Amino acid sequence: MNIGSGSLVGVPSSTSSWKSGDVVSDQFPVGLRVLVVDDDPTCLRILEKMLRNCHYEVTKCNRAEIALSLLRENKNGFDIVISDVHMPDMDGFKLLEHIGLEMDLPVIMMSADDSKDVVMRGVTHGAYDYLIKPVRIEALKNIWQHVVRKKKHDWKDNNFDQSGSMEEGDRQQKLSEDVDYSSSANEGNWKNSKKRKEEEDEADERDDTSTLKKPRVVWSVELHQQFVQAVHQLGIDKAVPKKILELMNVPGLTRENVASHLQKYRLYLRRLSGVSQHQNELNNSFMGRPDATFGAISSLNGLDLQAIAAAGQIPAQSLATLQAAALGRSATKSAISMPLGDQRNLFSFENSKLRFPEGQQQLNNSNKQIDLLHGIPTNMEPKQLASLHHPSQSFVGMNMQVNSTTQHNNSLLMRMSQPQPRAQMLNGANNGSQVSRLPLSMQQSLSSEGIPGAVLAQSGIVDNVRGTVYNPVSQASSMVDFSVDQRQELQSYNFSLGSNSSGMSTLTNRRMLHEEVNSDMKGSRGFPSNYDIFNELHQPKSQNWGLQNVGSTFDSSHHPSIQGTQGVSSQLLLQQGISSTHNSGQNRNDPSGKPMYSNGEESGHSNPMGGPQLNSVGRNMLAVKAERFPDADYQSTFFPEQFGQDDLMSTFLKQQGSVGPVETEFGFDGYTLDNLPV
Amino acid sequence: MEIVGKLQKQFMDFMSSLYREGFLDDQFLQLQKLQDESNPDFVVEVVSLFFEDSEKLLNNLAMALQQQVVDFKQVDAHVHQFKGSSSSIGAQRVKNACVGFRNFCEEKNLDGCMQCLQHAKHEYFLVKNKLETLFRLEQQILAAGGTVPIIS
Repeated sequence: MNIGSGSLVGVPSSTSSWKSGDVVSDQFPVGLRVLVVDDDPTCLRILEKMLRNCHYEVTKCNRAEIALSLLRENKNGFDIVISDVHMPDMDGFKLLEHIGLEMDLPVIMMSADDSKDVVMRGVTHGAYDYLIKPVRIEALKNIWQHVVRKKKHDWKDNNFDQSGSMEEGDRQQKLSEDVDYSSSANEGNWKNSKKRKEEEDEADERDDTSTLKKPRVVWSVELHQQFVQAVHQLGIDKAVPKKILELMNVPGLTRENVASHLQKYRLYLRRLSGVSQHQNELNNSFMGRPDATFGAISSLNGLDLQAIAAAGQIPAQSLATLQAAALGRSATKSAISMPLGDQRNLFSFENSKLRFPEGQQQLNNSNKQIDLLHGIPTNMEPKQLASLHHPSQSFVGMNMQVNSTTQHNNSLLMRMSQPQPRAQMLNGANNGSQVSRLPLSMQQSLSSEGIPGAVLAQSGIVDNVRGTVYNPVSQASSMVDFSVDQRQELQSYNFSLGSNSSGMSTLTNRRMLHEEVNSDMKGSRGFPSNYDIFNELHQPKSQNWGLQNVGSTFDSSHHPSIQGTQGVSSQLLLQQGISSTHNSGQNRNDPSGKPMYSNGEESGHSNPMGGPQLNSVGRNMLAVKAERFPDADYQSTFFPEQFGQDDLMSTFLKQQGSVGPVETEFGFDGYTLDNLPV
Repeated sequence: MEIVGKLQKQFMDFMSSLYREGFLDDQFLQLQKLQDESNPDFVVEVVSLFFEDSEKLLNNLAMALQQQVVDFKQVDAHVHQFKGSSSSIGAQRVKNACVGFRNFCEEKNLDGCMQCLQHAKHEYFLVKNKLETLFRLEQQILAAGGTVPIIS
């Protein structure tokens, strides 16, 4: 249904006119295309009937995954989604996030649970409304208002944005107005989110941009670099959005865009400065950024990021890129089109299982790389990793292998490089179960290997160090494996990466990076390409590609791990905002393509964004990689004895135990970064 | 026809008693309102879905509570589900049994949970019985050529 000008004309007529797609509003709300998701067959049937009685066009499904694939296949096939909160295969809020990110449709949550905290979660996750079961038909009759309202807002936003910063005031005002009359779920405008961020653990920030539908600004690597330069010029304390905007002098960029980006950046910096104790909060807040949908992303996602973070060692540049990507991602939320479902397939458990053995090897390989990483600061502390460790459950057993690998890498990465705030951040960001698992020593190897997120980082890092990224891939694969387990997370990852995916595809093609890299690098190939992509890509929009492409790219490489890496890389890339300007400039070796940071800031920032981004990327990579397992040969090369992997491992494992809650915190962190709305 | 009349009266009385005794609540009425010519068996269809789903849930619940280490979260999830579906069709007493059940889950009180499970099962079979009787009456009316009265 298209509500063209946003005006509501309420003359119901036959539903067939809706189908034409370009019509209009005059038939509204009749024919409103509703997708209802509920695992309870009784409720589902009742809802279907009620909605039909309201003259809506109803599609029902009882699994969140099916719903997502339906939505992905028919991008404009639905106007609104109604979903139950408690579903066995996926948490309703996660689904909500995904939908918000990928399709940007209004989602109404419902549950028999009317407790305040659940309802609040609905609000913070950006639900347009929350219905208590048993749902009455009267409640359903009015759902069309959400669709209209949203379209109106979007339209207005788009128009407002055109005018640039002058409109800011108007926009903000409008947003506030919107907030007033839209359902409580929309309340997340960025102001609110700012507050929330500080206070809450959940990623409610997401709400703001996602619900408010501002046109998204893609924070490409270049753009981010400009931003960072401007901030540095002004001095981080004195950097106010207005001045930054002036310095950046980018047409079409609004003060608001800069403001929200600055917010994220600040969090990132805070995170980098090593506040491990605050890490969670920061991460949460950071992650929780209004990427709206990310919030819901299962902890898995967080894990990925963490893993990536752990892997850590992403060179500054990579981190920067990642960060940019992450920030950019949020902007491109809508762009995400990657079908989670597809991605998921990639990660099937079986794959992961297969991969484990390979993964291990990759870790070894990555170890090798670790040597290279010395330049990368590793702030990852075991506890960070531990905190990252999030959903441990999946990691147990099979995952362990992978995890250890990835973690290993992460830790290795972390260790290897100097205290990289990034690494920390990454870890923190990552929900990290993955990360936490890996022994620190592993981390290092991981970094080189390519734990999915980590891998990228690693590659980036490695590149910095030396330019030889070797088994990032393998690491990635291990990472991937992790993600596999965490299917859900991966999915979320995919989400974030979605935007990245577009970047990724380019990347994979590019491969540029490491021509010099030996075959081992192949894995890392993913990275290089990622980096390349960063140069070119600035918008992540084709999410699918991320994972999918990665897979394909990997295919070409003989290293299964590479795939993983690629996936990861892509993720990283995506996070980085896909514009890999830095690549060209900097380190070619640096697959992570985090040029943004490196240019500006190598020193410090390591990638606040990268961290989380990495995670997500890592995760995606993991997902992608799920299929491919890092080659065994990598393994041998990469595990340097230098890092007492076992020690790391045990540290991690120990830490993991203590991490429990991180999960929730990070759940989204990983993702949020990716999708930081700009 | 007299038979039809009698059956119809029986049906109405029975229906009223179900509401009066709290077996059914307003939500069931909503379901009846949804039934129309395009879906003449809507209520039966939905209630059958409910029966099928509930029996699975009850089995899952029984199994979950018999585990060596009871996963109360899982138990709670099942109960929540049961509560949702029973409330959707208006099986009020079943729904109420679930409310208490959830409290025991939160407290991780195994005995309490076991008792609640029994109670919920009991209520479920009661309402199942009643509804089956109701549907049978409906069938009889229709078979006798009458129409099923609508209660509002």
